[in-house]
Amino acid sequence: MKEIRKHYHEAIAEIDREVLKMGAHVEESVGKAMSALVNQDTSLAEQVLAGDEVINRFEQQIQDRLTVLIATEQPVAGELRHIITSLKVISQLERMGDHSVHIAKAAVKIAQEKFIKSLIDLPKMAEYGMKMVHEVLTAFSDRDKDKAISVAQLDDRIDELHNQVWRELLTYMMADVSTINQATTLLFVSRWLERFGDHATNISEWVVYDSTGEHIELNL
Amino acid sequence: MQKESEYIITIKNLNQYYGDFLAAKDVNLGLEKNKVTALIGPSGCGKSTVLRTMNRMNDLIKGAGTKGEVFFEGKNIYDKNVDPVEVRRKIGMVFQKPNPFPKSIYENIAWGARINGFQGNMDELVETSLKKTALWEEVKDKLKQNALSLSGGQQQRLCIARAVAVQPSVLLMDEPASALDPISTAKIEDLIDELKQTYTIAIVTHNMQQAGRISDYTAFFMVDEERAGFLVEMGSTDQIFFNPSDKRTEAYISGRFG
Repeated sequence: MKEIRKHYHEAIAEIDREVLKMGAHVEESVGKAMSALVNQDTSLAEQVLAGDEVINRFEQQIQDRLTVLIATEQPVAGELRHIITSLKVISQLERMGDHSVHIAKAAVKIAQEKFIKSLIDLPKMAEYGMKMVHEVLTAFSDRDKDKAISVAQLDDRIDELHNQVWRELLTYMMADVSTINQATTLLFVSRWLERFGDHATNISEWVVYDSTGEHIELNL
Repeated sequence: MQKESEYIITIKNLNQYYGDFLAAKDVNLGLEKNKVTALIGPSGCGKSTVLRTMNRMNDLIKGAGTKGEVFFEGKNIYDKNVDPVEVRRKIGMVFQKPNPFPKSIYENIAWGARINGFQGNMDELVETSLKKTALWEEVKDKLKQNALSLSGGQQQRLCIARAVAVQPSVLLMDEPASALDPISTAKIEDLIDELKQTYTIAIVTHNMQQAGRISDYTAFFMVDEERAGFLVEMGSTDQIFFNPSDKRTEAYISGRFG
């Protein structure tokens, strides 16, 4: 059977690619923010702040294009779910970008200080976060719910590391009150990375919804 | 899910022929009481044919043959001792193109009732029928005018009023709004929503959004290689438009073929 509404299906495929590009920016932003923190590199931190505007613009443009598609094409069933999913995914990505910004600002804040400890777990958390964005967006573009569910398991690693960092920093603070300022900053960074993983997990849930129309809870 | 115990019409193993041509194949479906059921599908998929089997309208087509059963109020309407005219009184029909009689608005309503032996107050019947179809306010001062002087949308509502006047329990509508402008279409759609309080409605429509808006259940038909129409899937309209079970339904309602 001959395909009809080709223009519409091409528009959806093109928007998918835009979502992937937005995701690539988010992946890069958290990586750079972590790098800025570890290397105390304020100019890299500035790049993250500027990059967030690009991410925000992606969100608005994709949202506007999806809105026009809803208005003009009256999508139903799988296509409607995919459009709703896309809207949800970009808003999660936008918030993930904001967490990168928070981390970059923290990097600037403590850029002149001597570290109270070497940073090992935080970069690991960021790496898991980057892997999650990358893979969950692959699942999104392939409409692959099984992959989305398996990606969400990485969030457990991040949560474990977050708890570990928290316990560790608490010990430092109890031992030496002069570490409190930096320790709380690092604790916040850990918390933002933990939230970053939660948002990626939310995307997994939306990818499952895209395929099945069902809402499942992966953030346990 | 549909409640079988609430079916007012049940089609069982129906095959409808026009001469040698099998137009609708092995159809099984039910109309639930006081619900709107939409029949959708590409051109030539047999949806209008199936609609017409529900009040034996196909009998009027030369060479038409019906196999299978259509139960209405527990009785097969194709039984030999059933009078098709009586069937059509209880199961009324509204067509795509408004087809009022070239007579006064009043007579359009009164005529059907009169030949059915209506003994009550005719003025009252005309008024209530026109009120039921939200036409009364627009025509009450010109009941003697020729019905053909009305707008297309008004004519269609008059035809629905005419169908309603003989007190049917089911209304079959074959694309009742496809010849109308958007405002008249919206009025017909509102009317269908009102009418389902009293009647059971089956509607054939090519307008997918219309099916989505007005129906409780949707039946999707397609044609096979021999060009025979068949039922692919039937379910609640929400389910069909949000998460259909069959890939072919999804492809059709998403406008990927048709």
